[in-house]
Amino acid sequence: MSDTLLTASGLTKRFGGLAAVNNVSLELWRDRIHAVIGPNGAGKSTLANLLSGDLPPTSGEVCLGGVDITGWSPERISRQGLGRSYQKTNIFPPFTVWDNVRLAAQSRQPQQPWNPWTWWQSASKSIAINDRATRAIELSGLQDRRNAIAGAISHGEQRQLEIAMTLATAPQVLLLDEPLAGMGVAEAQRMVELLLKLKPHHAMLLVEHDMDAVFALADHLTVMVNGQAIASGTPAAIRSNAEVQAAYLGEEHA
Amino acid sequence: MEVLPRSVRLLLVLALAALAVFPFVGSDFYVQMVTRMMILAIFAMSLDLLQGVSGLVSLGHAAYFGLAGYALAFLMPQNEAASVWLTLPLSVLAAGLAALVIGFFVVRTHGIYFIMVTMAFAQMVFFLFFDNKVLGGSDGLYVNFRPTVNLGTWALLDLDNKKTLYLVTLGAMLLVYGFLRRLLWSPFGRALAGIRVNEHRMRALGFATFGYKLAAFTLAGALAGLAGYLWGVQTGYINPELMGFHMSAHAIMMVILGGMGNFAGAIVGAFGFELVLHLFKDLPQVGSVQLGKHWQLWMGSFIVLVVVFAPRGLLGLAGWFSRRPEDGDV
Repeated sequence: MSDTLLTASGLTKRFGGLAAVNNVSLELWRDRIHAVIGPNGAGKSTLANLLSGDLPPTSGEVCLGGVDITGWSPERISRQGLGRSYQKTNIFPPFTVWDNVRLAAQSRQPQQPWNPWTWWQSASKSIAINDRATRAIELSGLQDRRNAIAGAISHGEQRQLEIAMTLATAPQVLLLDEPLAGMGVAEAQRMVELLLKLKPHHAMLLVEHDMDAVFALADHLTVMVNGQAIASGTPAAIRSNAEVQAAYLGEEHA
Repeated sequence: MEVLPRSVRLLLVLALAALAVFPFVGSDFYVQMVTRMMILAIFAMSLDLLQGVSGLVSLGHAAYFGLAGYALAFLMPQNEAASVWLTLPLSVLAAGLAALVIGFFVVRTHGIYFIMVTMAFAQMVFFLFFDNKVLGGSDGLYVNFRPTVNLGTWALLDLDNKKTLYLVTLGAMLLVYGFLRRLLWSPFGRALAGIRVNEHRMRALGFATFGYKLAAFTLAGALAGLAGYLWGVQTGYINPELMGFHMSAHAIMMVILGGMGNFAGAIVGAFGFELVLHLFKDLPQVGSVQLGKHWQLWMGSFIVLVVVFAPRGLLGLAGWFSRRPEDGDV
């Protein structure tokens, strides 16, 4: 078993009477991709939001690299080593691709908004930041689009940019919320290759609808329905699980 | 339009040359008028740091402008002139401190709430001074002397001289512009621009955005204080209107008129706004209607026209007219 980088136990998020995520526990390991699948409204994105701090959990605990991060703000969790991409493309559209990634890389420098020296330096001349941004851009295959305006590149490229920005923050744990959403076949294939390239050095949570990609990538699967994790195990075990078949294919196939 | 097109930069250099020569050819009346425009340009630039760069539209920015003016009035003794080395830092500090305290509460809010809360705090400051006789009340306060600028016992500058005050104000405006342009491309400035475009993403990337916004709010307040200080020095008189709603709203209009987010637009906007204001106030009587009396009506229509036909402001318009076809959109 590889090292466990993130552990969530008994995570619950209630919106009024609705439990969007109900008592879900999961673990993420380095060099393994843990995919979360389930029908629309199952609570997958809410689960990602609980892990990244975008939403505080109603109850339950999240540990990142042995540190209890439950209830932390997203910026603090990010700096603790968790990077995430969003289901809806979440970038800086008026900036160039390079500036998007450079800004992400800048987040790893000491943040001193009150230090007049940081009002006076030139942001584009930091070698450490530029190196990190260049690596992230090359890894995600966007080096030819560096100077394009992010809002004007294709949807697939914007998804790549999401990943590049996340990588520029040098995370240990990656939460990828539907990285393949809306991609063409060739683009999706490239993204799958990228994720496999990233796998050895990261613990990855993949929320995805594209089942071909999920079964091509995932080492471990958790199936969510109505906020609950109804099954968790290897892809082969999940495929043959009767409850999962019922949820996905309808009761009569079970 | 953070990067200024070459044509716009050329225009700005020409305008600067004209400003440098002006006090030696213009009459006292116009020298004073342009001094006032440059003071307002500093004020508009300080607001642009919030409005154009960080996306924080403050409808109460005049509070910090006025507070520094009041600080100067309180620091100036009745019977002798105090030094600029004492009154300037303390006045700017007072404005910055007020912005820090108020900012601590307001930068937690977003969008329309930010606008409302900044306005509410500014109104509180306004009425604090308006209703208290000790603080000058509705009549305001006189600044009895212009501060001395001495090096040891040697009088370096005489601010009573209108040309000297003009050149000092021009120098201050250029320093603030240079400082803010540099800041715009610093790690701090890039983070503020990121917050304007997508604060949610900034936080997910690990930026503690609260600290950035509070630092920007404080710095903008301090720079507005510099402008308010110079206003007090020039006019020798401070009243609550300087912190009022109209002053804050005018600053927003100046920034919009010139073009947001690059500081040069704020300067152009402040000059343009004041020029147009004088133009409208001096409109002649037609029949039984005093056109000049209704300047607010003309000003309102003018701003609407600018927003509709030149959403990037006068500077954006200048850039657009002078672009070469291969430049694409500026």
